[in-house]
Amino acid sequence: MKYRVANKGRLGAEVGFSFDGRSLTGRRGDTLASALLANGVHLVGRSFKYHRPRGILSAGSEEPNALVSIKRPGGRSDPNTRATVQELFEGLVADSQHRWPSLAVDLNALTSIASPFVAAGFYYKTFMWPRSFWTRFYEPVIRAAAGLGEAPTDPDPDTYAHLYEHCDVLVIGGGIAGIAAAMSAGASGAKTILVDEQAEIGGTLLSDPSVEIDGASCWQWLEKAHDELGEMDNVLVLSRTTAIGYYHQNMVVMAQRLTDHRDGPPPKALPRERLWHVRAKQVVLAQGAIERPLVFSGNDRPGVMLADASRTYLNRYGVLVGARPLVVTNNDTAWNAAFDLAEAGADIAAIVDERFEVHPDLKGRARTLNINVLTGHHVAKTEGRLRIVAAIVHSDQGAAKQRIVCDAVLMSGGWTPSVHLFSHTRGSLNWNPDEQSFLPGDTIERCRPVGAGNGTTTFQGAATEGATAGAAAAEDAGFKSTERAIKVRSTSELDQPLTVLAHSAVPEGAKAFIDFQNDVTTRDIKQAVREGFTSIEHVKRYTTTGMATDQGKTSNINGLKVAAASIGKPAPDIGLTTFRPPYTPTTFGALAGHHKGATFDIERRTPIDAWAEAEGAVYEPVGQWRRARYFPQGQEDMHQAVARECMAVRNSLGMFDASTLGKIEIVGPDAAEFMNRMYTNPWTKLTPGRCRYGLMLSEDGFIYDDGVIGRLGPDRFHVTTTTGGAPRVLNMMEDYLQTEWSDLSVWLTSVTEQWAVIALAGPRSRDLIKPMIDDVDLSDEAFPHMSIATGHILSIPMRLFRVSFSGERGYEINVPARYGLGLWKHLFAEGQRYDITPYGTETMHVLRAEKGFIIVGQDTDGTVTPDDAGLNWAIGKKKPDFVGKRSLTRPDMSKPDRKHLVGLLTTDSNEVLPEGAQIVADPDQQIPMDMIGHVTSSYWSAPSGRSIAMALVAGGRNRFGETVYIPLEGKTVPATVTATTFFDPDNKRINA
Amino acid sequence: MLLIRCPYCNDELPELEYSYAGEAHVDRPPDPASLDDEAWRDFLFVRRNPRGLHLERWRHAFGCGRFFNAVRDTATDEVIHTYHAGEPRPDLEKFDRGAS
Repeated sequence: MKYRVANKGRLGAEVGFSFDGRSLTGRRGDTLASALLANGVHLVGRSFKYHRPRGILSAGSEEPNALVSIKRPGGRSDPNTRATVQELFEGLVADSQHRWPSLAVDLNALTSIASPFVAAGFYYKTFMWPRSFWTRFYEPVIRAAAGLGEAPTDPDPDTYAHLYEHCDVLVIGGGIAGIAAAMSAGASGAKTILVDEQAEIGGTLLSDPSVEIDGASCWQWLEKAHDELGEMDNVLVLSRTTAIGYYHQNMVVMAQRLTDHRDGPPPKALPRERLWHVRAKQVVLAQGAIERPLVFSGNDRPGVMLADASRTYLNRYGVLVGARPLVVTNNDTAWNAAFDLAEAGADIAAIVDERFEVHPDLKGRARTLNINVLTGHHVAKTEGRLRIVAAIVHSDQGAAKQRIVCDAVLMSGGWTPSVHLFSHTRGSLNWNPDEQSFLPGDTIERCRPVGAGNGTTTFQGAATEGATAGAAAAEDAGFKSTERAIKVRSTSELDQPLTVLAHSAVPEGAKAFIDFQNDVTTRDIKQAVREGFTSIEHVKRYTTTGMATDQGKTSNINGLKVAAASIGKPAPDIGLTTFRPPYTPTTFGALAGHHKGATFDIERRTPIDAWAEAEGAVYEPVGQWRRARYFPQGQEDMHQAVARECMAVRNSLGMFDASTLGKIEIVGPDAAEFMNRMYTNPWTKLTPGRCRYGLMLSEDGFIYDDGVIGRLGPDRFHVTTTTGGAPRVLNMMEDYLQTEWSDLSVWLTSVTEQWAVIALAGPRSRDLIKPMIDDVDLSDEAFPHMSIATGHILSIPMRLFRVSFSGERGYEINVPARYGLGLWKHLFAEGQRYDITPYGTETMHVLRAEKGFIIVGQDTDGTVTPDDAGLNWAIGKKKPDFVGKRSLTRPDMSKPDRKHLVGLLTTDSNEVLPEGAQIVADPDQQIPMDMIGHVTSSYWSAPSGRSIAMALVAGGRNRFGETVYIPLEGKTVPATVTATTFFDPDNKRINA
Repeated sequence: MLLIRCPYCNDELPELEYSYAGEAHVDRPPDPASLDDEAWRDFLFVRRNPRGLHLERWRHAFGCGRFFNAVRDTATDEVIHTYHAGEPRPDLEKFDRGAS
């Protein structure tokens, strides 16, 4: 650690780590970046596009360059971790990324030589044709050469938690302004949360121990402040917690990192991260400001760094970033870096200030420290391959040039207030010409920006502003205001406001980088403007400036200034691109929380599901339900199993778990009138004990849902809906009942989960249940097809439907859900004498398609009318009105070329068409062909011994007997248009 | 995430408990058959979509289940006022906050 400075920094014991296989040592309290710099390592990565050697630019979360892969104990690895925020721990393993074969010798860097050809829009322009080359050639090659780290291949072993919290005052940012705000708000008794992204609160104070607060050194004051906040029960301080997004009505989302800084594997009880959703009555935004780079050719070489970062490395981490640094600036703050580093023993090569006029105090101190000062000068370019070795400095008056040998360049192009979260609130921004930056303006949210993030650049100013805001926020949240007075003395601050030179020289060179992470240069931005991109949003997308993981934290303003100069408008007229959450890169794990694997989404299971699982059912998701799709026996595939199940139903007896059917009980004196209005069918004359197929439209006249509905009494209907449709059907019914027909006396109750439903289908279905039922006469005369009865099966109360979705004799036994599994098992055991066969949804689909019964959502798609589907018979034509009726007489609804639902029989009976396949009338037509429809359902029908399909075909019912064509990959399949009933067209089997 | 006051539960609750149900005060004609095609089209499809105050329907889907009406500022998304279904259209003047 030869660059470590004695008696500096906030460091603990020595710890070992490795970088690219090299064993190194650092200290507790280090970041990976500071530990690398302490070992003299500046080269840590290669750039995104040109593979240029890159070092460490910053000391914070804004870092664009120093992205590394971190391996943590237990097989954990993270790509693209910013070395500047990764806390050092014992045994940390870090590797550089995006280089081959090694960091120092990267063969991909040849792109850099070709860089004039890889300018803005290069990819868009060059890799256009032939189109097929994209997926096969261009994209794989570009992706392999570009990109950053590699994503881990193993599943993430960590857990992540979500947490919801409410508070009176949320303070975001733990610098002096934020601490002052939290102290004032906390003292008022308001429930206060203070968050900071770093390991400890303090912000800039951690980098400037010379500041005195309330008569003590600021580091001592910080300790006291931390204790004081900790002692207040109403104050919560969260470090390592980043406020990533500011949403409506003061909802702030924060990611808290709990384990990434620890030695050894993380404790099992601890999540790796917690995602907090905090609803705050008042928010104080104290996010601070980020230093901007200067733009000159070669401003990206390892060793070129933000000036204030070098000061942080010295004062907070005890690291001298160079033996002979050159300081270049257009404002006052970088001079402090020169002074601090000089006092720590660095040989400052020079201070190059673009300004001609500099405060005499600065010049005086430079003279005292024997530092060469060049005002009215700028850096034109730099030299060095893997580390900077010299800078060429030009005078702005005359043509004087000089080459200054150095091993680091510490630059400052001014400060950019972090207005990200403020912008998330859609707050307006105001241009501040003195500081060449945007400041928060108005917002609709209840928040107060303070401190450097509000353009207040002195410690005293920030402390006072923070304290005032904290007290005011607490008062607005309903507490008594108690402003905490804080007295700051800082020797590093001048008695003049910070001003930044408006027009820094921007040389023409191709290597003057604006966006380091995306390798965007001044030339790229100028070229984009030349090519006609004059909106900053377009310039951003065309050049990719500000689009990488750092989201333009260091590049936005420089990019804007270059674009504005090229367009010829003032910067404020061009404006900023939109900031969007998250503020810093956030793990998918934190966002997902517990929503992964089995807990990713709700999975609904029927009472009979456990039996199906034990029988080896293959499942499919239907809405949120998991449903048994088929029950393979032995080595059967789906085709074989479904064929067997279908034949069993047609020949003897099948049983099917229909519990997922949506069920709504409609009760009340006006129940029949309500049904008349909601469904197309007439209900008044349906006698209790009988069922009817119900068809429901939406108001636009298209099919919305269907199902069998039984009338249990004059005032009571048992409605079934499609499995996926139950919630929206009930919602629509409630909508009409509550808001249009509130005069009707009707009550709607969802009973989907109250009833388990076992469907028995096949010629032997009655034989099975007859001995189990005493109180319902099951004779065809007393209980014909489309009947409903209440009674008991094996003494279990039941609602028995005689219905059929297969064309076979069928019964649907509804029993209270808790009896479902027991009854199923009993029926299965007793049914053995009839070779009872459990079947799944796939067989159910085939059986109903053989009969031409539609499935809403499969054979219809929201553009299908009752007439299109051949369901005109289900419309009560005498009814004055029902939902959707008026729409059926719109001219479009009766056009002859509407798509009708028809049957398709392929000429080759073994050919099973793919569902969704497009249909054409003329197979020889040139592409693009006129498509006249598509296949909606298609199966192998074992009972028919051939394939069957249903399709929506334009004018289909006028095409019966015609041949249509289905172009598939490599072949075109002819098929004949038919009616939709393929099996037992005379419905003889219903009483078989 | 928006906060919305359910006028039936009389409680301000997160958006997650609610579902949106379109523009408010679009009454279904009592006798749709008496409307010509243009008038029926307007009822079905033509909506205001203003920038600013919008009267709209919400349902407290994961609460009391009731449909109610709301005044939302589409420029800020904030739900400014809610009232029972069936109540008359509120006077929007009193919600005019100048900003939007």
